[in-house]
Amino acid sequence: MDARLQDEDAVSLRTAKAELPLYITRIKVYPRAIKGLWRRVKWAVLVVLLGLYYAVPWLRWDRGPDAPNQAILIDLDGRRGWFFDVVIWPQEIYFVTGLLILGAFGLFFATALFGRVWCGFACPQTVWTDLFMLVERLIEGDRNDRMRLDRQPMSANKAVRKTLKHAAWLAIAAATGGAWVFYYVDAPSTLVKIFRGEASLEVYVFIGLLTATTYMLAGWAREQVCTYMCPWPRFQAAMLDEQSVIVTYQKWRGEQRGKHKAGASWDGRGDCVDCNLCVAVCPTGIDIRDGQQIECIGCGLCIDACNQTMAKVDRPPNLILWDTLANQQAKEKGATAGWRPVRPRTLLYAALLVVVAAVMLGAFWLRTDTELTVQRDRSPNFVRLSNGDVRNSYAVKILNKSREAQQLRLSVEGLPGATVGFVGAEIQGGTAGTQLTVHPDSVGTFRIFLTVPAGSAPSGSKSIEFSVGDTTGRQRASHDAVFVGPAR
Amino acid sequence: MPTKIEKDTVSGQDTTGHEWDGVKELNTPLPTWWVYTFYACIAFAVVYCVLYPSWPWLTGHTQGVLGYSSRAELAVELQAQTKARAKFVDKIRATSLADIVKDPELFNFALAGGRSAFQTNCLQCHGAGGAGSIGFPNLVDDDWIWGGSIDQIYTTIQHGIRNADDKSRQSLMPRFGVDGLLTGPQVAAVTDYVLSLSGRAKATPEGAKIWQEQCVACHKADGSGNQELGAPNLADNIWLYGGDRDSIYKTIFYARNGSMPAWGGRLDEATMKMLAIYVHALGGGR
Repeated sequence: MDARLQDEDAVSLRTAKAELPLYITRIKVYPRAIKGLWRRVKWAVLVVLLGLYYAVPWLRWDRGPDAPNQAILIDLDGRRGWFFDVVIWPQEIYFVTGLLILGAFGLFFATALFGRVWCGFACPQTVWTDLFMLVERLIEGDRNDRMRLDRQPMSANKAVRKTLKHAAWLAIAAATGGAWVFYYVDAPSTLVKIFRGEASLEVYVFIGLLTATTYMLAGWAREQVCTYMCPWPRFQAAMLDEQSVIVTYQKWRGEQRGKHKAGASWDGRGDCVDCNLCVAVCPTGIDIRDGQQIECIGCGLCIDACNQTMAKVDRPPNLILWDTLANQQAKEKGATAGWRPVRPRTLLYAALLVVVAAVMLGAFWLRTDTELTVQRDRSPNFVRLSNGDVRNSYAVKILNKSREAQQLRLSVEGLPGATVGFVGAEIQGGTAGTQLTVHPDSVGTFRIFLTVPAGSAPSGSKSIEFSVGDTTGRQRASHDAVFVGPAR
Repeated sequence: MPTKIEKDTVSGQDTTGHEWDGVKELNTPLPTWWVYTFYACIAFAVVYCVLYPSWPWLTGHTQGVLGYSSRAELAVELQAQTKARAKFVDKIRATSLADIVKDPELFNFALAGGRSAFQTNCLQCHGAGGAGSIGFPNLVDDDWIWGGSIDQIYTTIQHGIRNADDKSRQSLMPRFGVDGLLTGPQVAAVTDYVLSLSGRAKATPEGAKIWQEQCVACHKADGSGNQELGAPNLADNIWLYGGDRDSIYKTIFYARNGSMPAWGGRLDEATMKMLAIYVHALGGGR
């Protein structure tokens, strides 16, 4: 080995140990308030999203006397999901899976097109942090006031402001936890119970949990959640490419940066006047002029900041702008490169979105109020009766998702000569076949016996099909099963 | 403790004052949060020892001032369960077996309760699905030794078969070979006759004669048996102790006379009723 190399390694290790501790203390970010287009967009998104989050549990929906009247209710005790006129049973949890898959592909698609727009505008962490920062600004003032306040020794003014701020944060956090719980229980009655101390332990535990997480994540942790905790920024790089529209500093136009005196010439220098406003407004405390960084959440506030400064010094706007890396590279050479939103990556994500959505729509369209499952008893596999007949028994379960009782006729295909027997009170046999009664919004369980004469019993197993249907033919369901006879 | 803390010149850290052959130990204290968590655990343990059962004696353990015991907790839970079920259980006790079957709610409760009682008390002999095995009757088919009506099943469960219970079902098949009632060849001849009832052998005149003399009193002339006496049907090719020639020969030579415990003293009335309904609903009930 090269001795010189070895020596350098040793030095760098020691230096690294001395200069880079494993734990870096957070440098607190004091983002400055800014006005502008993207700030307005962010406020609008915040109002819509938070409005939806807090208001949706209070929507009412009349479903008749025996059902909850909350438009969206995930009733864990009753094992039903109520979404307006749609009722989801636990068996249909795949609809939720489908929605999650749609969400994931939607995120991929948006990222491939517009970078981290989710992070910058719609992520709950961003939305609640924005709200908390607004409260902080109203109570403690803007960036410089807050920094000054934090440096001051404790005083009556500081104590009052800090107490007010944390009280307001906790109030918002508690409302957040409360709203979460309302998605799972009846909102109006539970709200009263919460204040009377009559709500269930689960309700209090979840409100407490979400109050604590909201207060900690939006009040204290903030950009650390995005930088250190969230997995999404770690693999979003796989969705981004040089054609994604992201927040970019136009280096070729901005450099050489430097202070600029009013009236001085702009020749031989860049447009950046190094006012550092883009750094001051950044909620993650980075400098966009350093290029792409993992901390950047793509919120566009530095664009607003820079445009404000450019207007002041009377230079064209958009020194920082939404643009593709490919276009920036072209512009550096004096050319332009158009945006290519249609490319294999976006096509693939769009196709996956469409396929999953189509599958879900299809499944939803084909969804019926009646479902049938059949389980054959395997202990014993079959029974030989006194007269030599062979019998199998089955547990037949019928889901009636409708709000009315159903009269269903049971029939069995594929087993000629079979007679249907049964036990139970809600089942009648007759010449028209076997009639089963299933109560509204419940599962009917029936024990069904199929008996075939010794001569026509299959040797080994034979596929058969159970079906049920009502007289109108609107409700139909069938299920595969087998009939097992003695091996011959 | 050393009186003077020495600083390590290379790292700038304090040393503990321990030295072995010139090697000095650096003082690297645990993180504060760790130490306080540790203290909190100690405090927790002390409080726990006072409140809950903890230290073993030679003959037992400390009880703790809260008087907690997991057995007592279980008893409370069981009591709550019993209370929750009481409404249905009382109704089952008060309703006749025939009427329970007609009431969908009671019937479903009885099926679930019967299944649970069956899994605890019956499956050891009769199998999880009631299919039985050699010597233990199949409860799923329609062949019943002591009767397959719901009331007959209840009586069998309550008093059992050939046991010390006063009202247990009693019958005794003679040990034809052991007690010298029949000789070996005679037993073989009547074995052939029994097999012929289900069409599996050719009967001899000698076998037919012995059958008439010794067997028809209980098993009837056509071999269809008598449930009053617990005499099995021998014509249906369903066998409790095996249907091959050897097994039937042994049954006649030695007799079998299996027994079942009386559950009247072990299970309460409601449980036995639910069991009877469950067994009846397995498929063979008459």
